[in-house]
Amino acid sequence: MKALLSNTYLKILGVGFFLLLLAYLSYASLVFGIVETSWHTAIDAFTQFNGTNEHIVIKEVRVPRVLNALAVGMCLGIAGTLLQALTRNPIADVELFGLNAGAAFFVVVAITFFGISSLTQFTWIAFLGSAVSGVVVYLLGSLGRDGMTPVKLTLAGAAITALAASARHGMMVLNEKSVDEVLFWLSGSVGGRKLEFLTAVFPYMIVAWIIAFLLARPIQTLLMGDDVAKGLGQRTMMVKLAAGATIVLLSGSSVAVAGPIGFVGLVTPHLARFLVGIETRWVMLYSGLLGAALLLAADIGARFVAKPAEVPIGVMTALIGIPFFIYVARKGLDKG
Amino acid sequence: MHALETRQLTLSYGERNIIESLDLTIPRGKITVFIGSNGCGKSTLLRSLARLLKPKEGAILLDGEAIAKRPTKEVAKRLAILPQGPVAPEGLTVLQLVKQGRYPHQSWLQQWSEEDEKMVVKALEATQLTALADRAVDSLSGGQRQRAWIAMTLAQGTETILLDEPTTYLDMSHQIEILDLLYDLNQTEQRTIVMVLHDLNLACRYAHHIVAVHNQSVFAEGNPHDVMNEELVRHVFQMECQITRDPIYDTPMCIPFSKSRLGAGATAGSSGANAEKEEQKIAVHA
Repeated sequence: MKALLSNTYLKILGVGFFLLLLAYLSYASLVFGIVETSWHTAIDAFTQFNGTNEHIVIKEVRVPRVLNALAVGMCLGIAGTLLQALTRNPIADVELFGLNAGAAFFVVVAITFFGISSLTQFTWIAFLGSAVSGVVVYLLGSLGRDGMTPVKLTLAGAAITALAASARHGMMVLNEKSVDEVLFWLSGSVGGRKLEFLTAVFPYMIVAWIIAFLLARPIQTLLMGDDVAKGLGQRTMMVKLAAGATIVLLSGSSVAVAGPIGFVGLVTPHLARFLVGIETRWVMLYSGLLGAALLLAADIGARFVAKPAEVPIGVMTALIGIPFFIYVARKGLDKG
Repeated sequence: MHALETRQLTLSYGERNIIESLDLTIPRGKITVFIGSNGCGKSTLLRSLARLLKPKEGAILLDGEAIAKRPTKEVAKRLAILPQGPVAPEGLTVLQLVKQGRYPHQSWLQQWSEEDEKMVVKALEATQLTALADRAVDSLSGGQRQRAWIAMTLAQGTETILLDEPTTYLDMSHQIEILDLLYDLNQTEQRTIVMVLHDLNLACRYAHHIVAVHNQSVFAEGNPHDVMNEELVRHVFQMECQITRDPIYDTPMCIPFSKSRLGAGATAGSSGANAEKEEQKIAVHA
C-alpha cells in the first residue's frame, strides 16, 4: 500500500493538521454538551470565574474530559502500534491481550471481596490488574525453547482474556450488588472522572511515550523477524521486554483513568499506516494523534446521540472508527 | 587466521544433539558451502556460527575471539547472516530494507551518516537494484527479492557473510543469478562467504571449500574436486550416484541413480564404459 503522505515534508504538515484538529475538537468538547456554553464563557471560566453553573461545568467536568480523552487516546494509539508490531498480528489490541480484561477482573474482585467502591480506588486496582495480566501473558508467551514468539503471545493473550472475563462474569452473577457499581466503570468513559486520576498516572504515561519513541527504530528492525534482527546485532530480548513493559504502562494508565476502552488501539495503527506508510516512528506518532482525535470525537458524539442520556464511549469509538477502518481495509485488499 | 572456527561445538534442540563436539574451520576469503541431507544440522550449524543459536557446549571463534563474549553489535559489524526465507513487512521498500543493514553502525546518538548513505548506494549498485529502490519488496520477483536481502547484508559492510539456503524456491536462472552475485563479491572484494546449498552440482561449481554434514558431525571437507565422490554421496545422502565432470566448468557433477527406473534410462542414455560401470553398480546395490 502506497502511503498517502509520501515524504517527510507532507508527514510533518500532517502532524500540524492533526494538532489543529485536536485543538478544534478540544474546543468543541469544552463548549458543546447538555449544558450549552459558548467560547466566551469557556474563556471567562478561567479568567473571570464567577461560580455560575456554566463555569463550574467547564472547569470541573469538561476540562478533565478533554484532557482524559487526549491522554488516554494517545496511550491507546501508541499501545496498539507496539502490540501489533510485537506480535506481528494486525488485529492485536489491548482488548485482545487480557490487559483490559485483567483490569476489569481486579476491579470486580475488589468490589466483591473487599467492598471497595470508589472510583479513586478503582484507578490503582485497574492499573495493577492490567499490569499483572500483562506480565502473565508475557511470561506465558515466552515459555519454551524459542522464547517469546508472536503466535505464543497471541494465544496467551486470548487465553488470559477468556479466563479473566469468565471469572469476572462468574463473580458478577454471584454477587448482584457489584453489578450496578461496576457496570458504569466497565463501559469505559473519559467523563465523570476527576482530574486527579489523570495527574496520578500522567508521569507513567510520559515515561511510556518517551520509551515508545525510543523503541521505534529497534522495533522497525524487529519487524523483519527475530533472526534478521539478531543478525543485525539487536538484543531482541531486551527490545521485546522494553516494548512489553511500555505496553503495560500505557494500557495500565489508560484503563486506570478511563476504564476499559477497546477498538481505538486496534484501528488507529491501520489508519496511521494508511497515511504514513510503515515507518514505525511515524506510525506511532500518527496512531497516537489519531487515538486522541478519535476518543475526543467519540466523547463529543456520545453526548448527542441519545440526548439527554450519554451512550458509552466504546460504542461511539466503534461507530466513528469502523467506517474508516472498513475503507482502509478494503483499500488494502484492492492493492494486495 | 581463519575467519570462523568452532571448538568442540555441541548444538542441541532440547535433549537431542544436532552437532556433537565439532572442530571446524572456515577459510578466510573463500566460498564455503555446507551440504547434507534434510535435517542433518547444516542450517543449525550455520545459525550457530551467526550466534543465532546458543551452543550447548564448546565455542565459536570469529577472527580468533569467542563470539559469545563480544557485544552482539560489534559482531554484526564483522559478520552478516541472511536467514532462510526472510519475510519483509508488507509495503517495505527495497531502500528501506537495505538501510536496515546499517543498524549495527547506528545508535540513538549516532543517526544516519554519510558513510551509511555510501554503503547503501554501493549495496544497491552491486545487486543492480538501484532502479528498483522505491519498489515494495513484496512486489518483486523471487530473485529480485533475494537480491534485495543480500543487498541488506552487503550494506552491513561485513567481511564475512553467511547465507542459509539463499537459492531455495528460486528457479534455475535466478539461482545462477544469486550465486554469480555472491561469487563476484568473493572475487572482487575477497569477502568470506559461507552458505547452505541443496544443489550439489551448483555447490561444486561455486564453492572453494565444501563441508559435508552428516551424523552430528562433518563427514568430509575440502576442495570439491577432492571430496566429492560416490562414497560421500552414498554416506551423506543414502543415494547411489555417478560423479562425472561438469562439461562447462569441469567441476564434479553428481548424477543420481533412480531406484524405480532401472535399466532403460541407464542403457539408452549413456554409452560405452559408463553404461557398463552403471550396470555393475546397479547389480551390486540391487
